[in-house]
Amino acid sequence: MSSSKTDVRRYPGFLSVTLLCLLVLYAPLVIVGIYSFNASNSITSWDGFSLRWYAEVFTGSESEKFKIAAWNSLFIAIIAASCATILAVLAAMAIIRGGQFRTRQISQGLVSLPLMVPEIVTAVATLIFFNAIGFSRGHMTIIIAHIAFCVPFAYMPIAARMQGVEDSYEMAAMDLYASRFQAFCRILLPLMIPGIISGFLLAFIISMDDFLITNFVKGAGVETLPTAIFGAVKQGIKPNIMAISTMLLGLSIIIVSLSYIVSKFDNTK
Amino acid sequence: MNTESPIAIDVRDAVKRYGEFTALKKISLSIKDNEFFTLLGPSGCGKTTLLRMIAGFEDVTEGQIYLYGDEIEGLPPNKRPVNTVFQNYALFPHMSVLDNVGFGLEMRGASKSDARRRGGEVLELVQLSQFAKRKPSQLSGGQQQRVALARALAPQPKVLLLDEPLSALDLKLRKAMQIELKHLQRETGITFIFVTHDQEEALTMSDRIAVMSAGELQQLGKARDIYERPHNKFVADFIGETNLLEVSVDKIDNGHAICHLGGGHSLTCNAVDGIDVGTRVHISVRPEKLFTSDAPSGVESLKGIVKENIYLGTDLSTIINLDEGPDFTVRTSNSERGNKRIFEPGAQVFVNMEMGAARLLVD
Repeated sequence: MSSSKTDVRRYPGFLSVTLLCLLVLYAPLVIVGIYSFNASNSITSWDGFSLRWYAEVFTGSESEKFKIAAWNSLFIAIIAASCATILAVLAAMAIIRGGQFRTRQISQGLVSLPLMVPEIVTAVATLIFFNAIGFSRGHMTIIIAHIAFCVPFAYMPIAARMQGVEDSYEMAAMDLYASRFQAFCRILLPLMIPGIISGFLLAFIISMDDFLITNFVKGAGVETLPTAIFGAVKQGIKPNIMAISTMLLGLSIIIVSLSYIVSKFDNTK
Repeated sequence: MNTESPIAIDVRDAVKRYGEFTALKKISLSIKDNEFFTLLGPSGCGKTTLLRMIAGFEDVTEGQIYLYGDEIEGLPPNKRPVNTVFQNYALFPHMSVLDNVGFGLEMRGASKSDARRRGGEVLELVQLSQFAKRKPSQLSGGQQQRVALARALAPQPKVLLLDEPLSALDLKLRKAMQIELKHLQRETGITFIFVTHDQEEALTMSDRIAVMSAGELQQLGKARDIYERPHNKFVADFIGETNLLEVSVDKIDNGHAICHLGGGHSLTCNAVDGIDVGTRVHISVRPEKLFTSDAPSGVESLKGIVKENIYLGTDLSTIINLDEGPDFTVRTSNSERGNKRIFEPGAQVFVNMEMGAARLLVD
């Protein structure tokens, strides 16, 4: 690190602002994490270490509800992330390998647009859309909505990776008698695999964690893990909610870290 | 020249335009079977564009390209029996060296084991058998270059295209590869089309050279023809070192043109078509065709003063200023034979040449 006078760490108030930001961002998560191990029934007073609330999640009165919701979430996330990844690869092929076409910039923007649109707007719009075409709400509506908003998350690492693969490799493959499709399967796809896995994982966890859009488009009686947690919280916060939240947080951290590590993987050495 | 040998590549009136920009202006040339043919020119002259058109990566705006008599326009690169050695090699980074070399064979329908066996044979040809299992990134630049060559040769293409393949190598390695390429071409009997901006490389390896500039063919011929008998100012200047002087034609007599150099000096050259008395043209004299002495010698002698001697190792380059006239550079080889005299700066000397050393150029 540089020790010059322009080093950001020498600015007045640097330390206090940093600490404040960290506190606001992470203190609630840390507290939830700690209190999920509380032996007490209370959510505010500490009464020693215990795993009883984790046991409660799997065996308690609400465990069946959470189990169904968790399987729903997993099922939806796998399908939505798979479809979003395929769409993202196709979009990247067109935008990055499609040469210069007139709507290239716009296409690029459209793919990333859902990242900028307020989620509540997407949620309402999606709901209105399903109502307008007379689609009854249920698993299918959730999956379709999830595919739609997962595409930009899958697209980012995939596009970044594809940009890093020189097109001269595919040219060389075609020069050596490979068809366009063979060049894609044998050359581009293997070189892009880390980006594709990274994009899939990111889309997977985004789908897994989504509450707002899911809550709008899910039918009555269909719950995912986030909506089930929300439903449980409405009847008052119990420590088992903290336990299940901590587990979901842990999963998110693992998947996002994995996605980052995989995206940096060099499979050419 | 054997006129019986078939034509490998026949380019007829090929034009390439990118929007408003014309990269190739009506190029026509024929490349013979089993020939080491070089497209030579500065960057942006269209040589790589022409190569990519033959490979199938660029379409032909106008004109036709024939490969052994068949028109190839419309065929995608994978349907053309030509292979390319790319400038950056473009070795597949996720595959082993052997799988790289076998790739073309496999795509042509050979089984994996056949592709490996035949790939191994070609690797032996470029002396890289011991690296078969490595990834390209584990090889040196020179080794990668040879893998790229082996990969392009393995499917036994009818024509091998080489796009400045030696430009990334250091001088020693480049010299060695030039010889190796020439040998490989003779051994395999495959027609090579080599693209380079390095005139020395072109002279060393080629059977014939096409000199290109600004999308046009300037001259096509054997290395010796192009060096000794350049058609125009561009070719004379681009190939090798030369004394390029602007002169005015004073008299044309019996096939000889008497040219005025300025400062009262004149030279007699062989006249060429399209030159009239009074026109200003260029002449080219290669520095190694000149010799110095303290008394007039040879057919033509011009008096001047030595300005500078530049020691080049193999040669000595002497710059001589003619009295009130232009400068001449004279190259003397650094050999022990002969009794060559070195004139120090300031010494009065004569610059001498034999008939035919000075060549008149049409623009």
